Amino acid sequence: MPKPLLALIAAVLLAFGVSHFSDRIDPYYLDVMIGVGINVILAVSLNLVNGYTGQFSLGHAGFMSVGAYLSAAVTLLAGPRLLGADGGTAAQQGLLFLAALVMGGAGAALAGLAVGIPSLRLKGDYLALVTLGFGEIIRVIFQNVESLGGALGLNGIPNYTTVFWVFAFAALTVFTVTCLVRSTYGRGFLATQDDEIAAEAVGIDTTRYKIVAFVVGAFFAGVAGGLYGHFKLTITPTGFDFTKSIEIVVMVILGGMGNTPGVILAAILLTVLPEMLRAVEQYRMVLYSLLLIVLMLVRPRGLFNFNFSAVAARLRWKYLATRK
Amino acid sequence: MTEFLQQLLNGLSLGAIYALIALGYTMVYGVLRFINFAHSDVFMVGAFIGYFAGGHLPHDSVLGGLVALAAAMAGCAALGIGIERIVYRPLRGGPTLNVLITAIGMSLFLEYTGQLVFGATPRPFPPIFPSKVIEVRGLIISMNQVIVIVVAAILMVALELAVHRTKIGTAMRAVALNPKAAQLVGINIDVVISFTFGLGSALAGAGGVLYALNYPSIDPLMGVVPGLKAFVAAVLGGVGNIPGAALGALILGMTETFIDGSRWSTYKDAIAFAVLIGILLFRPAGLLGRYSAEKV
Repeated sequence: MPKPLLALIAAVLLAFGVSHFSDRIDPYYLDVMIGVGINVILAVSLNLVNGYTGQFSLGHAGFMSVGAYLSAAVTLLAGPRLLGADGGTAAQQGLLFLAALVMGGAGAALAGLAVGIPSLRLKGDYLALVTLGFGEIIRVIFQNVESLGGALGLNGIPNYTTVFWVFAFAALTVFTVTCLVRSTYGRGFLATQDDEIAAEAVGIDTTRYKIVAFVVGAFFAGVAGGLYGHFKLTITPTGFDFTKSIEIVVMVILGGMGNTPGVILAAILLTVLPEMLRAVEQYRMVLYSLLLIVLMLVRPRGLFNFNFSAVAARLRWKYLATRK
Repeated sequence: MTEFLQQLLNGLSLGAIYALIALGYTMVYGVLRFINFAHSDVFMVGAFIGYFAGGHLPHDSVLGGLVALAAAMAGCAALGIGIERIVYRPLRGGPTLNVLITAIGMSLFLEYTGQLVFGATPRPFPPIFPSKVIEVRGLIISMNQVIVIVVAAILMVALELAVHRTKIGTAMRAVALNPKAAQLVGINIDVVISFTFGLGSALAGAGGVLYALNYPSIDPLMGVVPGLKAFVAAVLGGVGNIPGAALGALILGMTETFIDGSRWSTYKDAIAFAVLIGILLFRPAGLLGRYSAEKV
């Protein structure tokens, strides 16, 4: 069996194991873990677009909101009809939640397709602006649709998100992105990022790669949105604004563009750090922003931008040397 | 007809404020090729300087108002130059994305420091200019709107003169065209960039005071939305292009005001972006921007 697939299975089993003991873990830590998992999904999926393909997107929160609303709508509207008044068994709920998440992801992927196709004419800052614009448009539309709660948002979403779901989907995201980029097909993403003109000259359809990156990234953002909605139990359009997109972009850049392990570490750090700064609540955001500036000045290529396999090889070598 | 003129006037004053902010975005983009996200917060600081200056000045007088405006402009210019010197200069020549993230960090820093220092609750802005309302054949013209439009027009003409008729303005245009060649002919690029930041931030400071006059409450997050809109306006006109920014801002201000008056008013923010996307799809370099073919 290929290595990434083994890793995926191991991660899902681990997630299952952890969720088994979730009763014994402090609920606060569980919440932080779920938050970490959701941010890992968001950051790793955005990394496919921003890092590997080199298309600067600022609309990830918009795709997240599509997934959040769609999956919440599924469990809120279809849930009672399918499961009956008593709420159904745990397995039925799990299946419904899975269906809701996949539908949320699919909806977000469709939105990604709709954004991706027209945006391809644009590059750099202009692309960033258009994706930002689309994100804001999606938000304003949700604010105006009364059946989805309007500006007040959707309430009373069932509490389906568990550590297992979050970690399993985080593992799936990492697996998909890694396999996609490492495959023969996926070299096209890197080529598009490295030099678009050269890539086109050797016959790579860069347009196609950009769309694929957008759609796959949007799918996982949608799933993350669904998990987020069933975790917070309330979603409002303003929760998915421009600031949220920026937050995810910061994770990607801090982790090092196109460096999945680094991005995962950055997502963990940037979720845990604000929690740790809760003691100094007032100064939290000031410290966060100062840290961002200082990190960019001191480590401009990302906080965790080093070659992980090289580091692992060196450690192994040192270990072997000590054994002799 | 009266209603149309009324909306036109409102749109003009909103557009004038957007223009003052957009000019700063576009000038910085012109010389440094990056989006200065902290610009919208310099705008906020301008409003607060106006607020504190207004507390010490006689209200309802044109002179007092102008002094507050000048104080805001001077304070913001100093702030803009300081930010560039301390934060952006060490990153110059680095990857654009890093500069962008630093700018975002700076923006968050100003916003949250503002919340810490000024408090998060909105404060009413003092009536530093005489706030008379004139009615001409059903058309309601508030003194504040007139001041906004006149001050913005004067500042824009002054900017146009500074950019085209002074030595440093010429140097600025040279740097925007080709930074390396500009250095070769003896232009001190650091001075030009500091000047650009100072000029742009001063305009944003003026915009902050004028905005606060018309929407009379200020808070540390007030810059976010107008900043985003002004940025849209700058891109609409072709980012890096000074007349383009003014044109884009006027179009955006008018469009928003007219939509605000129609039954689609709740979609106001979305439509501003929709117009932008539409224009960019057909003219990817903005209205007045020149599309440069990529050379291999």
